[in-house]
Amino acid sequence: MQIQGKAGQRPTDVYFFATCVIDQFFPGAGMDAITLLEREGIRVHFPQEQTCCGQPAFTSGFPDEARKVAAHQLTLFPENWPVVVPSGSCGGMMKHHYPTLFAADPARKAQAEALSSRIYEFTDFLVNVLGWQPEDKGSNCTVVLHTSCSARREMGVHLTGRQLLGGLNKVTVAQQDHESECCGFGGTFSIKQPEISGAMVEDKVKSLKATGAERVVSADCGCLMNILGHAAWKDEQEGRKTPSLPGEHIASFLLRRTAK
Amino acid sequence: MSARDRILAKLNAAPVLPKAAPDVAAWYAAHRSAESTAEKVARFRGCIEFAHAEVYAVTQASWPQKLWEVLAAKQLEKLLVAPGTAHGQRAITVLSESGIHCRAYEQSIEDWKEEMFHDIPASLTAARGAIAETGTLVLWPDSHEPRLMSLVPPVHIVLLDAKTIYNTFYEVMTAENWGGGLPTNALLVSGPSKTADIQVTLAYGAHGPKELIVLLVGDEA
Amino acid sequence: MSEHALNFMPSEGFRARAKDVVENPFLRQSFRGAMDFLINKRITQFPSAEELETLRTLGEQIRQYNLGKLPALLVQLEENLTRNGIKVHWAETPDEANAIILGICQKHSAKLMVKGKSMVSEEIELNHACEAVGIEAMESDMGEYIVQLAGEKPSHIIMPAIHKTKEEIAKLFHEKVEGVDYTDNVDELIQIGRKVLREKFLVADIGLSGVNFAVAESGTLCLVENEGNGRLSTTAPPVHIAITGIEKIVEKLDHVPPLLSLLTRSATGQNISTYFNMISGPRKADEKDGPTEVHLVLLDNGRTQAYADEQLRKTLQCIRCGACMNHCPVYTRIGGHAYGTTYPGPIGKIISPHMLGLEATKTMATASSLCGACGEVCPVRIPIPDLLMRLREESFSEPHANPTMRGQGAGYSRLITMIWQAWATVYRSPTLYRTYSWLASRFNWLTPANQGPWTSVRTPLKPAPKRLRDLLKDKS
Repeated sequence: MQIQGKAGQRPTDVYFFATCVIDQFFPGAGMDAITLLEREGIRVHFPQEQTCCGQPAFTSGFPDEARKVAAHQLTLFPENWPVVVPSGSCGGMMKHHYPTLFAADPARKAQAEALSSRIYEFTDFLVNVLGWQPEDKGSNCTVVLHTSCSARREMGVHLTGRQLLGGLNKVTVAQQDHESECCGFGGTFSIKQPEISGAMVEDKVKSLKATGAERVVSADCGCLMNILGHAAWKDEQEGRKTPSLPGEHIASFLLRRTAK
Repeated sequence: MSARDRILAKLNAAPVLPKAAPDVAAWYAAHRSAESTAEKVARFRGCIEFAHAEVYAVTQASWPQKLWEVLAAKQLEKLLVAPGTAHGQRAITVLSESGIHCRAYEQSIEDWKEEMFHDIPASLTAARGAIAETGTLVLWPDSHEPRLMSLVPPVHIVLLDAKTIYNTFYEVMTAENWGGGLPTNALLVSGPSKTADIQVTLAYGAHGPKELIVLLVGDEA
Repeated sequence: MSEHALNFMPSEGFRARAKDVVENPFLRQSFRGAMDFLINKRITQFPSAEELETLRTLGEQIRQYNLGKLPALLVQLEENLTRNGIKVHWAETPDEANAIILGICQKHSAKLMVKGKSMVSEEIELNHACEAVGIEAMESDMGEYIVQLAGEKPSHIIMPAIHKTKEEIAKLFHEKVEGVDYTDNVDELIQIGRKVLREKFLVADIGLSGVNFAVAESGTLCLVENEGNGRLSTTAPPVHIAITGIEKIVEKLDHVPPLLSLLTRSATGQNISTYFNMISGPRKADEKDGPTEVHLVLLDNGRTQAYADEQLRKTLQCIRCGACMNHCPVYTRIGGHAYGTTYPGPIGKIISPHMLGLEATKTMATASSLCGACGEVCPVRIPIPDLLMRLREESFSEPHANPTMRGQGAGYSRLITMIWQAWATVYRSPTLYRTYSWLASRFNWLTPANQGPWTSVRTPLKPAPKRLRDLLKDKS
């Protein structure tokens, strides 16, 4: 799928689909991802009309509603540029579920398939399209990486985040137990089954903290919302004033480490 | 309409597109290579020993002696044999001289079920063949060596000819055309009976034989 | 958890049952440990990713090919089994299946039935049916025996007693088995079970078993097991009754080796099970043992409903290895009983609605984060997450005429549907979205401190004061 990624075919322009979670809750992560791409000499286009990929309705069993929202996004990327998505989860929705979502609508299905081939998860884009090699300007630190289930199992990009962090020579990447296990977010799952979701995020935060890493990074803000939300809640419960598990989007971490 | 007709009618009403037949042969051709007898023996042995079977390399001439040694070492004084087979006859001849009682499986099980369940410590049967990949014995019970012979006695001793070891289950069933007809009961046995049903802790001798002993008959040394 | 275990409306009380386990650190740890063990065992069986993936593809092809010909294969199986002397029965419902089995038992004036492991017999609640007419149905798989002795149900399809510790089993044996002293030595416990059950095999009138694969071309019933109880159940008693779902059928014998290999490696991480038992007929005139009668009961129980739909049909590809539950973070947290259905875990969530209807099972499909671990390990590539989303849709959509599934619309709520419709209206319109998100970023009352279930273990979600689109505007 890396049409633009072959040697010498570095794209000059990309679209940026921020995701509604980043737009509303983690705008800094979006800014950092854009800054990083621009620093590499790429023109980043942010279609102002973008809203949400439609995944919340899709996974909740409301495909008609998801289709309406997804159909709107289909129209936003007319040029044949890569579409960079700073989330494996929303990227997976656009890349893998759009074509089946519009299976009964030939015109939109063709659009969805064309778009699908241009969707790149952010870390995948950095590694496999840009061949980006970060140069570490920071001091020694240890982080732990959480990869979303969609990035891992739908997009198959669970290695690129690790590869990027591995290229930072003063950063140690700690290994948590049960790394590939879900953090328990799962969209509406977290509110429909709060006991189970709560148990999952509790275990996830425990294993992340047990590594002793000073922060968690992830390429998915949905997971971060869940993981950091639980860690902060636990801090409140136990009267800690400073966060016991700070975290951020991998774009923010990479940008800071490589700032000139 | 019977339940049968209703079920079939519902299935037949479903809009099902036929799918291409799977190419099982191609997968095995690509993933399993042919091996020499020696290689197959080594793999068979490694696997079945890993599953807690005991294996002894013997020859056509020496196996009765090894059989006696095994029984003696385990202090087994009685052995269930099939008198209608050549190896059964040979066991009877050799063992009767050494004080081991050979019980012949001659009547229907109904006539001696109690004794079979309570008073037979060991049995001897032959294997039809084996599978190297998984360390598996192929048993085809018949009128001489009935089904329970390899199941109820706590110690099961099996004679296996090294030349009859196949590479895979797929290979043995296709080479021997099992699809064309099977006996009333065909068995693959890959070790003594076991279970991990209590706290995933492995324990042997759950319901079938507690010990499985293979006398692996190879060429004369 | 036992007080909730026997619940016939699985959706009711699911959250309460799940909560019981989640709040029990001891159970949490013991499920986690057992699942980790099984996950690691499986991994050692698949050292080559290429082999694993091509074998899974082959397994999927075999299952889809055979499902594609299912009605014809059932007829072929029936013909060949009949020719081999095995009597074939058909049952649409659990009641019909029980009536057939009890009829055979009564014809033989049976008092004792020994059972090899059969999830289908759990599905039809055969033990209750036997009890009602005074026939003792005795489980002989060690895990099933333990669970039956405790008056419980299996909590895992492969490891029925995985929720119990050896100390609990020691206590159970000491209390329930005559003349047994307390011992928590696993070998000794197994030998106690062996001794008790051997006497049952000796005198049982009927042996009951499940079926792992039924081979149409040769008329053969295949059983996979480690203990030997399956062989004893199908060999020692004078009558053997096998029961299977109609989907467990393959046309060719050579379809069996790949499926067997996938099954044992995925289930318990064994390259093969101790026994693979292939039954093609009752005792012949010159044979000295084996049952003189063999019966097969083919059960529908909702399978034809799944079969009727292209996507839902994939549910029937399942070979019951249990790998999906071993790898499921939800199953790992709550164990098998919380589901309240015969089949727990991911496979339970997608098969049970066909057996019990969506009314009774509507909650199950929501109990998934759609993490995809189940689909990733499924040896026959059942797209479990996609099926869960489909079941959510079937459940939440407004009830309509000619539904694909029994109980379609059982989870329908006018309010929830309106919320999603409103959501779609906002998110499909850039103007409305911009207005809404702008308001949310500026007015705190739109995001209260108490956000219901979310804030039970998390801090509240707070929109950033400036959205990404605002920051971009500021920048330019």
